[in-house]
Amino acid sequence: MHPVLVTIVKRLLLGLVTLFVVSAIIFSAISLLPGDFGEAVLGQAATEETVAAFRKELGLDKPAPARYFDWVKSVVQGDLGTSFSGRSASGQDRSRSVVELIAPRLKNTLFLAGVAALIAVPLALFLGLTAALYRNSWYDRSVNVTTLTTISMPEFFVAYVLILLLASLWPVFPSLSTVNADMELGERLRRIALPAITLTLVIIAHMMRMTRAAIINLLASPYIEMARLKGASRSEIILKHALPNAWAPIATVIAFNLAYLVVGVVVVEVVFVYPGIGQLMVDSVTSRDIPVVQACALIFAGTYIILNLIADVIGIVTNPRLLHPR
Amino acid sequence: MNTSNSHGRGHGSNNSQSHDDQPLLRMTDIRIEGFSDEQWHPIIKGVDLTLRRGEVMGLIGESGAGKSTLGLAAMGFARAGCRFTSGTVEFDGTDLLGLKEKERRQYWGTRIAYVAQSAAAAFNPAHRLIDQTIESASRSHVRNDAESRADAVELYDSLHLPDPENIGQRYPHQVSGGQLQRVMTAMAMSARPDLIIFDEPTTALDVTTQVEVLASMREIVDKYNTAAIYITHDLAVVAQMADVIKVLRYGEEVEQSSTRTMLAAPKEEYTKSLWSVRSLEKPEQRSEDFILQLKDIDAAYGKTPVLHGINIDLPRGKTVAVVGESGSGKSTAARVVTGLLPQTAGSVMFNGDELPPQLSDRTPDQLRRIQMIYQMADTAMNPRQTVEDIIGRPLEFFHNVQGREKEQRVMDLLSMIELDESFLDRLPAELSGGQKQRICIARALAAQPDIIICDEVTSALDQIVQEGILKLLLRLQEQYGISYLFITHDIATVKAISDEIVVMFQGKVVEQGLKSQILSPPYPEYTELLLSSVPEMDPEWLSNLLNQRDRVL
Repeated sequence: MHPVLVTIVKRLLLGLVTLFVVSAIIFSAISLLPGDFGEAVLGQAATEETVAAFRKELGLDKPAPARYFDWVKSVVQGDLGTSFSGRSASGQDRSRSVVELIAPRLKNTLFLAGVAALIAVPLALFLGLTAALYRNSWYDRSVNVTTLTTISMPEFFVAYVLILLLASLWPVFPSLSTVNADMELGERLRRIALPAITLTLVIIAHMMRMTRAAIINLLASPYIEMARLKGASRSEIILKHALPNAWAPIATVIAFNLAYLVVGVVVVEVVFVYPGIGQLMVDSVTSRDIPVVQACALIFAGTYIILNLIADVIGIVTNPRLLHPR
Repeated sequence: MNTSNSHGRGHGSNNSQSHDDQPLLRMTDIRIEGFSDEQWHPIIKGVDLTLRRGEVMGLIGESGAGKSTLGLAAMGFARAGCRFTSGTVEFDGTDLLGLKEKERRQYWGTRIAYVAQSAAAAFNPAHRLIDQTIESASRSHVRNDAESRADAVELYDSLHLPDPENIGQRYPHQVSGGQLQRVMTAMAMSARPDLIIFDEPTTALDVTTQVEVLASMREIVDKYNTAAIYITHDLAVVAQMADVIKVLRYGEEVEQSSTRTMLAAPKEEYTKSLWSVRSLEKPEQRSEDFILQLKDIDAAYGKTPVLHGINIDLPRGKTVAVVGESGSGKSTAARVVTGLLPQTAGSVMFNGDELPPQLSDRTPDQLRRIQMIYQMADTAMNPRQTVEDIIGRPLEFFHNVQGREKEQRVMDLLSMIELDESFLDRLPAELSGGQKQRICIARALAAQPDIIICDEVTSALDQIVQEGILKLLLRLQEQYGISYLFITHDIATVKAISDEIVVMFQGKVVEQGLKSQILSPPYPEYTELLLSSVPEMDPEWLSNLLNQRDRVL
């Protein structure tokens, strides 16, 4: 088997181990949440017997390790469980499965993240490369200052400024990003324009600066001097001689920011009332809907692991030393 | 040999046949400054240089003499942090310094090419060798892509690279240093330039590899009648390559004359001193009183065996030089002695007792008695510690000396290595290469060792500095009776310092014996190859050697 494949398989297995560790941490953290789950779900009015029966039904009376292994067992079998919500003291059960709850929210989140990434990643690479090419020029400085400014402001502030400018003063885009399943793609894009722009502004600086730094770092290498002495132009040096050696650090930063687009956007979702997975998780924490919280946390952890794996693979395949061993 | 008709010269020379009396390159009153410590310092202080077509000039001098800076200046190029303050670089009638950078680039790679010292660093790790070889030729449209590739294969072949058809498909890390250096020569030659700057192209290579690379370079430069500037600090090497030699010191020309004149009758004192360095030689002494013995040592890195049953004896108060090319296991043997790499079989006897293989099993006293000095003094010192801390540390650790007494001892050590107390508060970055190596020697001395292992300690230094270090080591041996295990690949160093010599090849000891014995015939086959590969001052040396080897084959 090719050594790269071996590495990928190894990383995947390592990712699974990480996921297990994370699942234990998630479980313990949720167990530490204050208050009684039964009361939180059923409300103050519930009698002690109903609460006890409810706890028993959900298995909350069992010791924590037993509950943890029950949960892991069902997750491994593909069953994320049933949400606690939808039940009431009256004994009615309108609860839904966790998958059913999460799936549409996750789709929305991925859609927004995808659109933001499609704008932000190419733009960041372009700005980073051109800034490296014309380093220390007015262009380089203004790109740096602008991106630093946007990253220095809290994301909700960026969001409100955008609402003020693009929804209120010049109403180009809607300020509320409510979407539903049967909306046309064009309309959807229009609705999510403002959150997508907000996210772009938040993540672009990091990626752009890393691209610029990775390239400039390489420009001091002897092989870059050699390329110059072979008559290569500035753009050839950046694109042909520096960039192929800079993919590994750039990919790592991109993966990190893409992961943020999935797991860290809750504030932006709240501002624009966008039905994403971040909001769902926050709501579930408040209502002590443990299965949903756990499932969301697992998805977030998985996102990080997969994206970092992809970044590692990019680092490997762009490095001939690893791809073509001696 | 004469196939130049079938290749033709590149476009560069066609237009200039008419004014052949004109020099190809005429540099006048070149002055270059470098920026450091917040101000500009002169590096080149008004040097003139004239080179005719097809002529090879050797530029020699110590490091810091401005050789590389002047070599690059011949391309109209100054490194970042350097600038031209005056002068003209007339190449084929055009002043390169008067051109815009974009116009100057038209010359680089196509009409003037550069071959760098470290081939491993000068190749882009991300691209295949052949793509890098033909880059300049393709850019300048000397030939189309397919022709360039075919031509590159021919160049690889004439540079005696193995498997010329396919070697270009490899990446830089997949070929050896000597091969890489030849590929770089092919790269320089690809666009058939009129001038090639060779910047210490063989300094990083073993002597045995160096011979082959030198021979290929000389052959190809002859074949295409290319002019060249050959920069080196090795006189014997430049004697093989150059028609004329220019000696530089402190950014100024010391003298220039034809290679033969320069070797036979150097005019200036400085040049004579450069010539004389190689004459240092310690009289050898025999002794059977061994302080250290390696007995049937096997050692391995992971599962890769490196040493195969080696035996080395080090007599008390004497020097044993361990020679061999890189990869022969010299440094591995040193790591076994120090306990950094426990042997897999055999034993290390010290004063008649067996040393524990593991570093952690040795007593502080055993550790104290064997010290080590490394090739790269730079990386062997903590950049954040002052000289006093660096030398004081073993005093505290082994002798439990503190405060004023420690300071006094550090000053004593400094005077032993011929430095004064003004060095106490300096950081490694504020020292020259030779001074750094002296501090490392003082640090080893501080432990009051019986044995010092010297791993290529002079390889990174200039010949004159080398001489100073070697003399210091000899004096310390005389005064304190220290035994040296001296690892090196430089035969001149071996002659200077050793009593006995151990020749290593592929993890085995080929032979051990007194210096006079090893250095006189009859030799085992490998020793013969090693010794005959050491360049000599005779300009005919390389040609004679190649003829001789051809006859043998």
